[in-house]
Amino acid sequence: MSLTGIEVENVRRLDEGLKKIVVGFIKDCRPHPDSDHLSICQVDVGEAEPSQIICGAPNVQADKKVIVALPGARIAGNIKIKKGKMRGEVSNGMICSLQELGIADNVVPKAYSEGIFFLPDDSKVGMSVFPILGMDDSMIELSITPNRADALSMRGTAFEVGAVYRQKPVFTDKKVIEDDSAAADQLIQVMVEDEADAPTYKIRMIKDVKIKESPLWLQNRLIHAGIRPINNIVDVTNYCLLEFGQPMHAFDYDKIQTVKIVVRRANAGEKLVTLDGEQRTLTADNILITNGETPLALAGVMGGLDSEITEKTTTVALESAVFDPISIRKTAKMFNLRSESSSRFEKGINVATVQEACDFAGAMMAELSGGTVVSKTVTATSMKLKPVLVKITLAKINRSLGTTLTIEQVNEIFAALGFKYDLNHDQYEVTIPPRRWDIAIEADILEEVARIYGYDRLPSTLPGGQVQPGSLTKSQQLMRATKTLLEGSGLTEAISYALTTEEKAAHFLQKESFPTVLQFPMSEERTTMRMNLISGLLDDLAYNVSRKNENIAYYEVGRVFYQNKSADSLPIEENHLAIAVTGNWQEKDWQTIKQPVDFFVIKGIIENLFSMYGLTNQITYQNSQDYPEMHPGRTARILLDGENIGFIGQVHPITAKKYGLESAFVGELNIQQIFAADRKGIIYKEVSKYPAVKRDIALLVDENITNQSLRSGIHAAGGRLLHRVELFDLYQGKNIEKGKKSLAYTLTFMDPETTLTEEEINQALNKIQKRLRSDFSAEIR
Amino acid sequence: MTLKKQLEDLRDRAIKNIDSTLTLNDLNQIRVEILGKKGPMTEVLRGMKDLSASERPVVGSYANEIRDVITEKIEKKKIFLEAVKLNQTLKEEKIDVTLSGKKVPQGVRHVLSQTLNEIEDIFLGMGYEIIEGYEVEKDYYNFERMNIPKEHPARDMQDTFYITDDVLLRTHTSPVQARTMEVHDFSRGPLRMISPGKVFRRDTDDATHSHQFNQVEGLVVDKGITMGDLKGTLEVMVKKMFGQERKIRLRPSYFPFTEPSVEVDVSCFKCGGTGCNVCKHTGWIEILGAGMVHPNVLEMSGIDSNEYSGFAFGLGAERVAMLRYGINDIRHFYQNDFRFLEQFKIKE
Ligand SMILES: [Zn+2]
Repeated sequence: MSLTGIEVENVRRLDEGLKKIVVGFIKDCRPHPDSDHLSICQVDVGEAEPSQIICGAPNVQADKKVIVALPGARIAGNIKIKKGKMRGEVSNGMICSLQELGIADNVVPKAYSEGIFFLPDDSKVGMSVFPILGMDDSMIELSITPNRADALSMRGTAFEVGAVYRQKPVFTDKKVIEDDSAAADQLIQVMVEDEADAPTYKIRMIKDVKIKESPLWLQNRLIHAGIRPINNIVDVTNYCLLEFGQPMHAFDYDKIQTVKIVVRRANAGEKLVTLDGEQRTLTADNILITNGETPLALAGVMGGLDSEITEKTTTVALESAVFDPISIRKTAKMFNLRSESSSRFEKGINVATVQEACDFAGAMMAELSGGTVVSKTVTATSMKLKPVLVKITLAKINRSLGTTLTIEQVNEIFAALGFKYDLNHDQYEVTIPPRRWDIAIEADILEEVARIYGYDRLPSTLPGGQVQPGSLTKSQQLMRATKTLLEGSGLTEAISYALTTEEKAAHFLQKESFPTVLQFPMSEERTTMRMNLISGLLDDLAYNVSRKNENIAYYEVGRVFYQNKSADSLPIEENHLAIAVTGNWQEKDWQTIKQPVDFFVIKGIIENLFSMYGLTNQITYQNSQDYPEMHPGRTARILLDGENIGFIGQVHPITAKKYGLESAFVGELNIQQIFAADRKGIIYKEVSKYPAVKRDIALLVDENITNQSLRSGIHAAGGRLLHRVELFDLYQGKNIEKGKKSLAYTLTFMDPETTLTEEEINQALNKIQKRLRSDFSAEIR
Repeated sequence: MTLKKQLEDLRDRAIKNIDSTLTLNDLNQIRVEILGKKGPMTEVLRGMKDLSASERPVVGSYANEIRDVITEKIEKKKIFLEAVKLNQTLKEEKIDVTLSGKKVPQGVRHVLSQTLNEIEDIFLGMGYEIIEGYEVEKDYYNFERMNIPKEHPARDMQDTFYITDDVLLRTHTSPVQARTMEVHDFSRGPLRMISPGKVFRRDTDDATHSHQFNQVEGLVVDKGITMGDLKGTLEVMVKKMFGQERKIRLRPSYFPFTEPSVEVDVSCFKCGGTGCNVCKHTGWIEILGAGMVHPNVLEMSGIDSNEYSGFAFGLGAERVAMLRYGINDIRHFYQNDFRFLEQFKIKE
């Protein structure tokens, strides 16, 4: 069945795991001498002698048929019952509540919820209780998707099962015997203010009812379907809900107080106490059933307490209707009152069986309560049934499914579904029965045909036609290369949550932005879309450090979300790359001394990235104090062609501490802007045949002069022949004048065309020295 | 004894001595003894003065010849002994080769990225484009264009984080498809795309639920796309991802944006279909949702549903990874515990 229609979630025996549980008759019941709550019962369990059983239930009494677990029995929860003694008295088993047979607390009838259950007096002593409780059977649990609300009823499901197994469902109907002594419309007037709210609204009257418990067979069915039995009237409405999928409501006629029912929208602020005892303050979204003045019920969702069926009820006004799904949905949502009724109205019901279900319920109520059904149904509104016709051709079916079905096969499928059709050549006109209100268009018919035919029988093909090669875009390629490079550099990829706290979202901010905040967050930890990736990575680092993974190097690629003033437009999503490293870059081992991560470790990685992008010469680094969460002396803003694209550096110790870290080095780049930059591709140069010449130069400069400026000075002065400049020594301290630093560079000269002469090199060196002296007041050493 | 004979004796004796020498020192001694100023060679050559003028050059050249032979022999032996000595020294430099090597830093790609990359590559090979979209979307694109108007009961299937009444965190990557469909130029060929990315649902995080997860949705729209094409395409994907022997099974399901809609199961890759704990003893594992694009969805994107048809499918990267590796808690993917992440460094 799961393969053609509705998913079978579970099939289980109701008496699974239970055994040796029988009907017993309490012949005698007296209090236990040594206990204030136990009773000693002599129970006839169909054996020669009565059994003595000790029972703790408050409602235990003599002359009752009860559920007895014999010694050796198994009750719910896999509990084994043994002979035993309780406070000195022998107990040969246990008298059980329904809960002890595995029935959920919330469906056990109220009268028995605190104690043992009484079986009908005609139950045969010693016989198994399972047939009496309707538990000698299997339960099939179906998982029903929102579109198949037609299967939210026994009848709907029967049609579905019939289609799958090619059988025709048969239903027993109940004939209403109407009492002609009065007509319902003399007892009550019914009005619907807006037909859209209740396109069908019907009331039947049942009089002279006697409220009592429903017969056990009915209670059993409700219990196993997860509904608590209440009384013979309410139980019938619930039974018909299950049978037809038609939610109904029963009012105590006498408590309506007027002789009319008016269906209207609530006035804002109007109040109603619902069946659960809660006072509800209403709005115009709610459809109300009123007595013309005051509210009686929240239509389709829940009845009112004041017109509830009670033991004293003698006349019932039974409502069978169709309500506007959207209003029902809003009302149920507003009051958090999703019920069996409201969910059916929301998803739609079979509008063709409103009257039939109403008649069925009326007849059943009369039968079970000794009352009579008053003649006539009072109808305020009644929907006209418009036939639904869907046209489809055999060719279209085969073209869409890829099949080669014949007319005969399709005819057979429609017959199985119970769909009537006209066939004209290969053109079908299918008449959709009202019970399948989910079907309206060609695609719906295709689905019906496909599933009843069997998806396993569909062919397996690949889309034909014109095929273009698929390929990654430039950015996608660069992204994969970026990840590979970072991983090769020792960084592991992390993926963090995009939702974070409002505070963390705004850390390490690179752009002025409003936060993107959820309307109804689920927790304080996840309220705001991140505006940086670093804070998530720092959380990840802290998570690891607290678990003794102390050396962590992570990177993450993902979106950050910037928000302009206008909150209704979408935020600006920017793809960022962030890295975060804590602990030792190199751990101490038997031959290596430990190397804690520092600024230049992460800078080295970033430099490799820019070198891969071919952007090295377009990138500059500047000391930055713009980020309050960063170390003001060890942070660099990164510029690409003079434009800000991110930063790297050490996290401010105070910030690090807030995240639970001792120290961390981080960086975040607007990777999207980097990928979009104009870049030099590979310009191949012949590998020079002529040797390179290296010269060292040492200089003393003011300590505020940066390496970057010196290098560009050297490059500018060195001319065409200067190939590379590498800093190989940096010194500050002893033997150096305070406020100065000493740097030493290796300069590599090369001419791709010819061997360099000493003179050429000296000339270039002179120029460089001159420039260093003039521009940087450098002392050449 | 003639000088010649003396020379030959000398040669033979020298060769014998050289051959039996074991050290460089001894070899040097031999060289000095035989070829040195006080050695027999010098002596023999000294005796030449007594020879006749005609004999002298003959014996002289013979003597040189013998000296060269001995010198060469000594050189060869020297190289040999030097090599022996070096090897001796090297042997003493022996290291414990079981000591660990120097750590070269090496990171690992997140298992979800690996999974997504793998799926992407399968579809790139079949001519699909990879298209990314917004993670924060309009209700209109996320729901309405997916045939889920406001107050539609199907909205309950995807609990949603809203930013405003009209802006939300996307609950699936379908809005990317809606946006792509409305700009795709069919005169340049069919639309074949996948959209991987983060999506969000209002779920409380626990072992099987995550408010954030990664999805890949696929879409093909062209003239004459059939449900058989959907089945065939999914078969290709499933076999590439889970093994050539895998089969798939389609079960009816419901998504508002597809009709027919199906749930797709793959035959269990652990037990092969006989039943085990991975497949909950059914032999099948639910892996994705799919269907034929609902005509309303096509029409809303400006595509004539009488002329064009299409299929769509969607699967979760977390689910795939969890099934494959037996990961039992979805939160692992976002906790970023290194002990979790580093396990996925192995390429299978
Ligand atoms: Zn299995």
